[in-house]
Amino acid sequence: MTPEFLIAAALVLPLIIAAGIAALGKFPNLREGVTIVGSFALLAVVVQLTMMVSAGQRPELFIGEAVPGLAFAFRLEPLGALFAVVASGLWIVNSFYSIGYMRGNRERNQTRFYICFALAICGAMGVAMSGNLFTLFVFYEVLTLSTYPLVAHKGDAAAQRGARIYLLTLLGTSIGFFLTAVMWTWALAGQNLDFVDGGLLAGAAISPVVASALLLLFVFGLGKAALMPFHFWLPNAMVAPTPVSALLHAVAVVKAGVFAVMKISVYIFGVDLMNATPSADFLIIVACVTIVLASLIAMTKDNLKARLAYSTIAQLAYVTLGALLATEAGLMGGSLQIAAHAAGKITLFMCAGAIYVATGLTNVSDMKGLGRKMPIVFIAFFVASLSIIGIPPLAGAWPKYELMQGAVDGSLDWVLAVLVISSLLNIAYLLPIPILALMPLPGTKPPKEFKRPGGAPALTVAAPAFTAALCVLLFFMITPISNFLAPAFEAPGTLIEADLP
Amino acid sequence: MILESLLVSAPDWAIDHAPVLIPVVPLIMAAMLALSPSGRLSWILSMVATAASFYFALLTLGTVQSTPGGIIEYWIGNWDVIGIEFRVDALNAMILLLVTGMGFLASIFAWTTIAAEVQKQKISLFLSAFLLCFAGLCGVTATGDAFNLFVFLEISSLSTYALVAMGASRDRRALTSAFDYLIMGTLGASFYIIGVGFLYAATGTLNMNELATQLPALSGNRSVQVGFAFIIVGLGLKAAMWPLHQWLPNAYAYSPSFVTMFLAATATKVALYAMIRWLFTIFNPDFAFEQAIFTFILAPLGIAAMVICSFQAVFQTDVRRMLAYSSVAQVGYIILGISIATTAGVAAGLLHLFNHALMKGALFMAIAGICINYKGTTIRDFAGLGRSAPFTMAAFAIAGLSLIGVPLTAGFISKLQLGYALFDHGWWWAVLLVVFSSFLAVLYVGRILQSIFFMPPANPRKTRKEAPLMLLVPLWILALANIYFGIDANFPAGLARDGAIAALGLEAFP
Repeated sequence: MTPEFLIAAALVLPLIIAAGIAALGKFPNLREGVTIVGSFALLAVVVQLTMMVSAGQRPELFIGEAVPGLAFAFRLEPLGALFAVVASGLWIVNSFYSIGYMRGNRERNQTRFYICFALAICGAMGVAMSGNLFTLFVFYEVLTLSTYPLVAHKGDAAAQRGARIYLLTLLGTSIGFFLTAVMWTWALAGQNLDFVDGGLLAGAAISPVVASALLLLFVFGLGKAALMPFHFWLPNAMVAPTPVSALLHAVAVVKAGVFAVMKISVYIFGVDLMNATPSADFLIIVACVTIVLASLIAMTKDNLKARLAYSTIAQLAYVTLGALLATEAGLMGGSLQIAAHAAGKITLFMCAGAIYVATGLTNVSDMKGLGRKMPIVFIAFFVASLSIIGIPPLAGAWPKYELMQGAVDGSLDWVLAVLVISSLLNIAYLLPIPILALMPLPGTKPPKEFKRPGGAPALTVAAPAFTAALCVLLFFMITPISNFLAPAFEAPGTLIEADLP
Repeated sequence: MILESLLVSAPDWAIDHAPVLIPVVPLIMAAMLALSPSGRLSWILSMVATAASFYFALLTLGTVQSTPGGIIEYWIGNWDVIGIEFRVDALNAMILLLVTGMGFLASIFAWTTIAAEVQKQKISLFLSAFLLCFAGLCGVTATGDAFNLFVFLEISSLSTYALVAMGASRDRRALTSAFDYLIMGTLGASFYIIGVGFLYAATGTLNMNELATQLPALSGNRSVQVGFAFIIVGLGLKAAMWPLHQWLPNAYAYSPSFVTMFLAATATKVALYAMIRWLFTIFNPDFAFEQAIFTFILAPLGIAAMVICSFQAVFQTDVRRMLAYSSVAQVGYIILGISIATTAGVAAGLLHLFNHALMKGALFMAIAGICINYKGTTIRDFAGLGRSAPFTMAAFAIAGLSLIGVPLTAGFISKLQLGYALFDHGWWWAVLLVVFSSFLAVLYVGRILQSIFFMPPANPRKTRKEAPLMLLVPLWILALANIYFGIDANFPAGLARDGAIAALGLEAFP
């Protein structure tokens, strides 16, 4: 199959799935069958594309121009392939999980839910494969709009409020800053918006002041990256059903934001211009403040999903930090974090959902001793927590290591301290949850009976167990992954290969 | 391609006389409708007339595009320079297509809504006034004579006052708003004719092309400058340029919903066209005084409209008033595009003009559909309509998103083009204001959409139904056009670019 066909398939498949779900809305089993079969097909397509990228190819698809100069163009490179594989692969796991969760919870409007989910995946694929800023922007907004009904799913006052904040923040930042930056780039780059190896703006004569302003617009305009002070939509989006929080607000949506930051750093600015841009230093400070502050806030949250949301904000800032450091190790660390954090955080959210379906509990303080009744869930939670903290042999160890390396290369030693403090804070807000659940202190009241007879549905337990195993697997797959990514950062793997076992 | 096959199949007389037939057919039909015995017959005849105009507009566009110079000169009665000329180039061919197309779509759904809002015995006269207004707007656009433009402007304005006043059977405030509009509109027309008088005194001609050749030598002449000022203020009033827009919100809010839809999609557009014609073709941006007007008058006024009226829109409780304020804001975008006086800027303004007609047409048409069996138009009244009228409201939502400028809708493309043009001109600060105004649009459109789709009905006992099929068809044509032209905008963008080139007289697109 030609690369053009495969890219088109990756974009169209989710739409076909959405149509199929809509057509079969009256037959829940068939409807879910469409999602499952479709998600496997999508992963197969994405994997084929990834093999091509790995072989050095750059699959491209040019659809046409909306007006001369504004082209719908797609081009897959290693970073995008990584994001596409992560999103489509975890979609399969999450689909199984959704079936267990939505049925176990007897949620309403399930057809609408699955349709919007498929549309959101279409948006994520478009973002991952976009070949220019215009296409990226369009699919970025598709992702925003298609996830709005998912956040508002419950339909009560709290869900509406959360969804409104979600939509207004994301649309506001993207129209206000991101779009302005896109138009400005167009003017600066001589009417061109393509992602170019080495940076579109690399050769252009741009004053440091302009470059600074442009970078600020981009980084804050990508509100999905949840850099402070535009992070507050993420905790508010937690009113959504847990599968949405798991796949979208730990993987697809937020990663679309940081992925775009990464892509702009590498393919629009280019490493040299990034290092010559004064505001990058300021933004590094913002990212570090976000990391520490969000972790501190996470400690104060008793609601499990809220705590995980703030943890996500902190972890996303790692990727932004890596993109801003703009050293090879920093960029590598940021990219690895996209995959590693995805596997870890989706596990944590799925565990939180499983607990909620089984017991109706949402607060950490009520979960003491619960691990005895739900051992698999809490062991998975424990493993994923260790990965987020960054302890070997788990996936989260590599990105932290690379980021530290990147900070040293960029002679920003104080960033090292921030990363270490962040790890300690992670320990403080994540580990007590599984430990107290599995090994309650003497005298703890035994937890309540299950709300749902039989506990969590099997699918909602199997899915996090699977992704927890993935956290381990990713640790040992680091060599092929980093070799795959290295061409994106130009010097093919010299520094990185030397550091690896 | 469609245009070419139309040209091939059309008879010679139709191609030769197309520019003048566009206003003449509805003008004659209007007189006949006044005698028509039945409302339904009048409606069918008005559809025939607007369809004919639309057909002739397509022929005109085709001829313009296939003529080497891109200009059709049509001398009425072959009187040559002393007579009236109809002169069509790429600029007004585009506007003619827009006006006749929107008029045709409006006349299709007219019956369903005016049967509910207008007394039975007045329907024929109402439609007659509509055709007069339509013919007037077409005439303003097609004519190449400064005085003739005034005549057509008055034909359309006078009939508009009557149409607006017909809203009185629903809400008595329609009468005062029609009166307001009458006073303001007459002021505008008087200013225009005074300006034309000054120019006639200086040049001795009323033909636009003649004026354009004579004026460069007279650019220092005081009476030419005064005439220019009168004309721009007069047309600015008609175009609802801020702060001359006071007549518009009331006229839109209280007139029959059919009239609102037609006016929103066409009337201000035609006045804006006339403004572009005067600013760029007849006068010339190279005149020193005109440069200053672009930078220090038009641009600030456009920006003020964009920001202030968007703010006002956010705080409205009536949906029609809210959209009316939004219309003034959109006029601001168009004027901002015009004011940078580059081909890219004027093209962006024209594209936004085209797209704005599509979105406001769809929005007001959807409202008309709701008003057929439910009279309230406050935001509370719209609560829960997403369930009781899903098709009407889905189209409303699409057009609303286009108004915001969400990607994959037409509004996005034109705002992006405007932003590019502004950056190219070095006005990055204006881009920030455009973007800010778009954010305000998110707020006001969001308020309506949230009420429609997420709130329970305010008064569940009132029956509210889907709009009838005769309205849904043109509504969805417009809604789908909003999406189609957001994905493949080559057709309207090409028209806008050609129009801008025709207006500025430049061969190459920078």
